[in-house]
Amino acid sequence: MFRMKDVSKIYRTEMVETHALRDLSLVVNEGEFVAVTGPSGSGKTTFLNIAGLLEELTHGEYTLDGVDVKALDDRARSHLRNEKLGFVFQSFNLIPDLNVFDNVDVPLRYRKLTRGERKKRIDAALERVGLASRAKHFPAELSGGQQQRVAIARAIAGEPKILLADEPTGNLDSQMAREVMGLLEELNAQNTVVLLVTHDPEIAARAQRNVHIVDGHATDLDRGGSPLVRPVAQAAVSV
Amino acid sequence: MLGYYFDLALRSLKRHRGLTVLMIVAIAFGVGASMTTLTVLHVLSADPIPGKSDKLFYVQLDARHADSFTPGQEPTDQMTRFDSETMLRDARAPHQAMMTGGRAAVELDHDAATKLLPFDVEARWTSADFFTMFDVKFLAGAPWTAADDQKAARVVVITKALAEKLFGSTQVVGRPLRVEGTEMRIVGVIDAFRPVPHFYDLNTDNFGMGDQVFVPFSTSVELKLHVDGSMSCWGEDNVADAEGLNAPCDWIQYWVELDTTDQVAAYRDYLVSYSEDQAKVGRFQRPPNVRLRDVPEHLDHNKVVPNDVKLQTWIALGFLLVCLVNTVGLLLTKFLRRSGEIGVRRALGASKRAIFVQLLVESGSIGLVGGVLGLGLAWLGLLAVRHQPTSYADLAHLDLPMLALTFALAIVTSVLAGILPAWRGCQIAPAIQLKSN
Repeated sequence: MFRMKDVSKIYRTEMVETHALRDLSLVVNEGEFVAVTGPSGSGKTTFLNIAGLLEELTHGEYTLDGVDVKALDDRARSHLRNEKLGFVFQSFNLIPDLNVFDNVDVPLRYRKLTRGERKKRIDAALERVGLASRAKHFPAELSGGQQQRVAIARAIAGEPKILLADEPTGNLDSQMAREVMGLLEELNAQNTVVLLVTHDPEIAARAQRNVHIVDGHATDLDRGGSPLVRPVAQAAVSV
Repeated sequence: MLGYYFDLALRSLKRHRGLTVLMIVAIAFGVGASMTTLTVLHVLSADPIPGKSDKLFYVQLDARHADSFTPGQEPTDQMTRFDSETMLRDARAPHQAMMTGGRAAVELDHDAATKLLPFDVEARWTSADFFTMFDVKFLAGAPWTAADDQKAARVVVITKALAEKLFGSTQVVGRPLRVEGTEMRIVGVIDAFRPVPHFYDLNTDNFGMGDQVFVPFSTSVELKLHVDGSMSCWGEDNVADAEGLNAPCDWIQYWVELDTTDQVAAYRDYLVSYSEDQAKVGRFQRPPNVRLRDVPEHLDHNKVVPNDVKLQTWIALGFLLVCLVNTVGLLLTKFLRRSGEIGVRRALGASKRAIFVQLLVESGSIGLVGGVLGLGLAWLGLLAVRHQPTSYADLAHLDLPMLALTFALAIVTSVLAGILPAWRGCQIAPAIQLKSN
């Protein structure tokens, strides 16, 4: 489903080279719920951006659902991102001009879907996050938790294989955070891979699998938070 | 997808109303000013005889005396009567016409039941081929003939407007008309004939209302009808009869119609050989110095379009450029302010191209509205031009091509203005925007 091998990301300026990721390898299989943790500046966000095809890797290999992404041009990457990935961000990132319905419609607009098909998917996604009655509301009229649920509806309307969530509960109170996590777990139960970046140990503990990124390297952790040695053949973690 | 982009553009324009209005007004003023001056320029520099302007040639010879001769000097602007009449008789071109402007009082026959007093009209004393050469459309009758030219017949061709004013009808062929007190027979009534500019005679008003009465040149000479135009003489201090056959004065325009390049070359040779012959008999004192310019060359050489009109056009286009630069800046601000939205769209599957097109549609929409407003301003600008005391004032109207050009200019302007901001917009790195939001 998702395979990174020896991925490096280097940011270069005239003065300095910054290694955000160093030979990171990770395999995520179908149905997994993976929490990615790590201290600030460890490379979590860079990892998520590369996983989400929002940035290009400098070295290494990345295969998403069988497609080698390194060879793709912007158009093909955008198409793959639209088809396979869903995003949930910490600050929701809803478009303020658009109402809930139209926000959820955004990723579907970049596919060749009929108006009826788009409506069906939007209604189903809003129903699933419990906001069907708020379709005509604008983001500013919703609470933080509701906005995040709209963001999730937008992410799942396109029926992605992988949901990438970057601190999705970071701006929410604990009640809202639980609701959002419940939703993500529900989606995972229906076979959507969830890759969740968080620095909240409680949130991370709810994931089946924890990957810790430090200095651009990824390591699987056991339930106790200690590095877990996995058979190389599974290639789940490698430094 | 374009419909979606238009919808997004509308929402965005509504959201940033102030900025939108500023951009629309900038484009509208730029387009309005440019279109006003371009329309005037277009009218004044239009081809006065489309389809034939490259076949009609204005002839110039240098009949002046040798004194104050400078090599390379331009021949006289017009021709002498002697040369014109000789060349007309030679008839070396398929068609040729000599002419000069005039003014004449016209009145109906004394017996006619009318109370119209004699009134002055602009007239042309010319030869028979004039009408064929310049594609003059006859509503009734026909041009007079070369035989009429030779015998200085009392015949006249008038315009539809004059016929209707005098007779209330255009079916007046055969009826008499008094021109400067001499009774002439109307042989033809022509449709409105007002080439703009008045290319065949640039010595009178270049953008005036045109001639209304046409009489054979020979007749005008015989009757000593009033000549209206410019004239220059040389040699003697005071030329007694400046319009006489042998007077050393240029005052006649001479045109030929030549259909092929071979004919042009042959006619040029004829002019040179004619000049040499005239030199042999002592009339010409300068080396052969001839010109044969077609209509566009003739208009260009005589700088028919007023310089102030050209200057105004350049100023207006400069103003449009300033508006364009301002719009680029405003669009850049607008699009970069929406970096967050662009980042989200990129993350959700929009390619750079899709973002680029979306932003271009938005700038194009601004151009469309700016164009409509600019059209209104151009209309007002032309209204102001029409109230100016110039001979071309009444010509300043937007025609269909200029209308289309207004919209094209507005759209091209705003799309041009939108290209850089849209390009910068589509280059926004989504990852940074998503995190910073």
